[in-house]
Amino acid sequence: MTDVGQFVDHLFRRESGRMVAGLTRIFGPAHLDLAEDVVQEALIQALRLWPFRGVPDNPTGWLVQVARNRALDTLRRNASLASKEDDIRAWAAALTGPEPGQTEMDDQLRLIFICCQSAVPSEARVALTLKTVGGFGVPEIARAFLAKEATVAQRLVRAKHRLQQARPPFEVPPPRELPAALDSVLEVLYAMFNEDYSTHRGEELVRRDICHEAIRLARLVTCHPALGTPKAHALAALLHLQGARLAARVDSEGNLLLLSEQDRATWDRGLIAAGFRHLDRAARGDDLSVYHLEAGIAAAHIAEETDWPEILRLYDLLLDAKPSPVVALNRAVALAMVEGPEAGLAALAPIHLDDYYLLPATEGELQARAGHPHKAAEAFYRALEMTCPEPVRRRLSERMRELAT
Amino acid sequence: MPKYMMFLHESPEVAKDWTPEEMQRVIERYGAWSQGLAERGKLAGGEKLRDEGGRHLRPGTSGVIVADGPYSETKEVLSGFFVIEAADYEEAADLAKTCPHLEYGWIELRETEPTS
Repeated sequence: MTDVGQFVDHLFRRESGRMVAGLTRIFGPAHLDLAEDVVQEALIQALRLWPFRGVPDNPTGWLVQVARNRALDTLRRNASLASKEDDIRAWAAALTGPEPGQTEMDDQLRLIFICCQSAVPSEARVALTLKTVGGFGVPEIARAFLAKEATVAQRLVRAKHRLQQARPPFEVPPPRELPAALDSVLEVLYAMFNEDYSTHRGEELVRRDICHEAIRLARLVTCHPALGTPKAHALAALLHLQGARLAARVDSEGNLLLLSEQDRATWDRGLIAAGFRHLDRAARGDDLSVYHLEAGIAAAHIAEETDWPEILRLYDLLLDAKPSPVVALNRAVALAMVEGPEAGLAALAPIHLDDYYLLPATEGELQARAGHPHKAAEAFYRALEMTCPEPVRRRLSERMRELAT
Repeated sequence: MPKYMMFLHESPEVAKDWTPEEMQRVIERYGAWSQGLAERGKLAGGEKLRDEGGRHLRPGTSGVIVADGPYSETKEVLSGFFVIEAADYEEAADLAKTCPHLEYGWIELRETEPTS
């Protein structure tokens, strides 16, 4: 009966994204809902039939075939779309082909631009991109970003409503509009990966899937001749290099300092190599974006010997370009590594961050290194009173015991 | 060994809001479940029933009346069945209990009358 082995990981998510993109081209972005409904019905059909029949030899072909029939039904019910039958047939034929075609990749790119365009409220762009292009569901998006499902759903409804009013063309924007539009896309991909300042991280597994989706989309963007700008490559480099260390789960300098040794064996060599290739491409030209700086920092962490002076130099530039308490905190850690704990402590002093365990935890570590065990223990105690991840909590308690002896 | 019928009941709306990943996981679990049963020689068959109300046949005053089953108004559908082999109800229920269908519907378990 069913051979489970032939099921590709995340096949449904991937196929959902591909099919929604193509159908949105045909139905028009104003009918994004229709495209999503057709795809959802095809997946449900599989859910209800495959348990009895087993997974078909060509699951993708099966899903596309069902979606095609549902799409044709949709056209019959929708007078304004009646002329699209041939498009639907051509789309289904192309999608069941052996290799992903250029049209298919272009459709996904165009859909990304639709999701990230100015008519869509900025707080809805990440969710809309993940939902339509990535095939993620509302509950998953909510879990990853610790939002209420109802809030995410509401944002999506509002975003689609705006698209119905704006009726944007389904295209990669023309040269005049491209820089701003691309910036918005890059911001959305960056936001999929990074939560600026949050101690309450969402569920790890789905977050990891979303990070890999951001990497996939960054690749898609940089592959396109008009979109592979140095800035786009810099972001792609950053995402690849951060993604390579996902399994090691160390997400900022503070944790790095605290947990000291990351297991380099868990790093993904393939992603690192791809990250450095993007970094090369990012260096062509004079553009020095925030993504360049952050990618440079990520690269310096990956070097055999962590290059702290280089990291400090990049953080100085980053703090200039994007002043934020979290950047300042990470810069203080780099400064401590270069000039010693007292210098780091002096840099920490003016930073204010509410309920952010990394600030007192970092202070405690630097106090300990500067030879002030009492001040260190007191800072660790403050960190433990805040929300913080379990491994860090254990490490902090351990450090307090060490200091007491 | 006695045969048992597992009738799978569910709401027709059940997966409306599921995420693609959830649907894939349930199909995968189904695959593992039926494979496990088949390997132990416990699975004797199964079919998906079409999503419509079927036909209801009843004797009328001037012959048999064939009517469409009520589908559109139903809150619940019989979506399919499996035939399993088990020594007794207890074993049959244990096998049925592990069926992924229970994540979104309920199962009616019936023993067939042995032929001999």
